[in-house]
Amino acid sequence: MDFSMGGYGAYVWTCFIMAGVVLVICEWRARLRHRRVYRDIEVRIKALGDS
Amino acid sequence: MNSEDESISMFSGIAGIARRDLLLAWKRPGDVLNPLFFFAMVAALFPLAVGPSPEQLKFSGPAVLWVAALLSMLLSLNSLFLSDYEDGSLDQMLVSPVPLSALALGKSLSHWLTSGLPLVLFSPIVAITFQMPFSVTGYLMLTLLLGTISLSLLGSVGAALTVGLHRGTALLSLLILPLAMPILIFGARTVSLVASGDGVAGGLYFLAAYAVLTLSFAPFATAAALRISNE
Amino acid sequence: MWKFIHQLASPPHFYRIAQILIPWLAVPGLLLIGYGTYAGLFLAPMDYQQGDAFRIIYVHVPSAYLSMLAYMTMAVSAGIGLIWRIKLSHAVAAAAAPLGAWFTFLALATGSIWGKPMWGTWWEWGDPRLTSELIMLFLYFGYMALRGAIDDTTKADRASAVLALVGAVNVPIIHFSVEWWSSLHQGPTLIKEGGPAMDPGMLYPLLAMILGFTFIFGALLLRRVRAEVLFRERRTRWVKDLVLSGGS
Repeated sequence: MDFSMGGYGAYVWTCFIMAGVVLVICEWRARLRHRRVYRDIEVRIKALGDS
Repeated sequence: MNSEDESISMFSGIAGIARRDLLLAWKRPGDVLNPLFFFAMVAALFPLAVGPSPEQLKFSGPAVLWVAALLSMLLSLNSLFLSDYEDGSLDQMLVSPVPLSALALGKSLSHWLTSGLPLVLFSPIVAITFQMPFSVTGYLMLTLLLGTISLSLLGSVGAALTVGLHRGTALLSLLILPLAMPILIFGARTVSLVASGDGVAGGLYFLAAYAVLTLSFAPFATAAALRISNE
Repeated sequence: MWKFIHQLASPPHFYRIAQILIPWLAVPGLLLIGYGTYAGLFLAPMDYQQGDAFRIIYVHVPSAYLSMLAYMTMAVSAGIGLIWRIKLSHAVAAAAAPLGAWFTFLALATGSIWGKPMWGTWWEWGDPRLTSELIMLFLYFGYMALRGAIDDTTKADRASAVLALVGAVNVPIIHFSVEWWSSLHQGPTLIKEGGPAMDPGMLYPLLAMILGFTFIFGALLLRRVRAEVLFRERRTRWVKDLVLSGGS
C-alpha cells in the first residue's frame, strides 16, 4: 500500500480529500436548508395558530 | 386570418420594428457612435498595457479586435429593450397581432444594423493601428459580419431575460459571455490563421452555421423570455 | 406505471417517495465510491507515463461527468417545467444547479492539481476538457445569478428555464469549439483520448467511481429537491399537516 503514491502523494491525496469534502459540504448544506425551512414553517404555524 | 395575411403581417411587423428603431438611432447618433468609440478605446487598451511592439500588435490584432467588438456588442445589448420597457412599447409588442417572435427578430435586426454592421465597417480603421495587412482585414470584417449576427440574436435572448432587472447589466454579460465564447474562438482564431496562411474555410463555415442556428431559435427564445419577464 | 409518474409530479407524494429513495441511492453510492477509491488508489496498476499521479483520474473524471449530467438534468427538468408547467420539475432544476456547480468546481480543481506534475503549470488553456469545464462553470453561475435576481419564484423558474435550454444547446457547441481551438495549439491533454485501451484493473475502479458518484448525486439531488419543495409549498395544507404531525 504505497501511501506516498510514488512521490505524487500531495497531489493525489489533496484531490481525493477535496472530493470527499465537496460531497460532505453538499450533503451538509442540503440538510441544513431542509432543517431551516422546516423550522421556519414550525415557527410560523405556532405563531399564527392553525390558519 | 389566412396564412397569406399572416405572412404579410409578419414581414411588416419585422420591418416596422426595424424601421422605428433605425429612425430612433438616426435621431440619437450617440447610440450608434458611442459603442464604436468604446470599441476603439478597448482595442487601444491592449497596446497601452502591453507595449507598442509592432510584431506583438500584429500577432495579437485579431484577438484584441474581436474581444473589443464582443464587449462593444455587449454594451449596446444592454439597452436593447430598455427604452421599450420604459415607454410602454414593450407592452404594445406583447399584445400585438404580429407574432412576438417576428417582433423579436425585428429588434435583433435593428440591433445588428445599428451596432453590428457599424462595427464591421469601422473595424478596418482600428485594424490598421494593429499593423493588420489588408488581406487579413477582409477576413476580419467577414468573421465580424457573421459573428455579430449571432451576437445580436443571442444577445436579444439575454436582454429579454434581464430587462428591468436590478443590476441587469452585469447579469446580462454573465449570461451571454459563456454562450458567446464559441463565436469568439472561431472568429478570432480564423483571422489569425489567415495571417499564418492556413485554411480558414472551416472557421468561416462554423460562423455561418452558428449564425443560421441562432437565427432559427433565438427569436422564439427571445419571445418566450419577453413574455416571462413581463407577465 | 403512468399513475406512479403522475403521482410523482405531485409534491406531497414526491416528498414522501424521495425520502424512501435517498438511502437506496446513498448506500450503494458510498459502497461503490469506497471500492473505487480503494481499488483506484492501491490496486490499479501504475500508469507507465504518468506514474501514480494518474490516480487523480478516479475523482477527476467522475466529477467532470457529473458536472455534465447535472447540467442535462437541470436543462431537461427546466424544459419539462416550462412546457408542461410542472412546478416540481422547476424545483428539480433549481436543486440541480448548485450541485452541478460544485462538481464543475471539483473537476476544475482536480484537473488543475493533476496538471501541475504533468505539465508543470497550474493551468493549461490548451486542455480542451478543462477549458470547457471552466465555461460550464460560468454557465452555472449565470443560471444561479438569474434565478437570484428575480424575486417572483414562478418568473425565476421560467426565465432560468429559457436560459438553461439556450445553454444546453450551446454546451456541445462550446465543447466542439474549444477542442478545435486547442487542437490548433497542440497542447497536452490530461487523458489520452483514443489512446491504448485501459487495463481492466484501471477501468473497473473508474467505472465504480463514476457509478458511485452518480448514485450520490441522485441522493443529494433528492435531498435538495425535498428542501426546495418544502419551501415552495410552505403555505399549503399538506405541509402544515406534515409539520404539525411532527413528520420529516
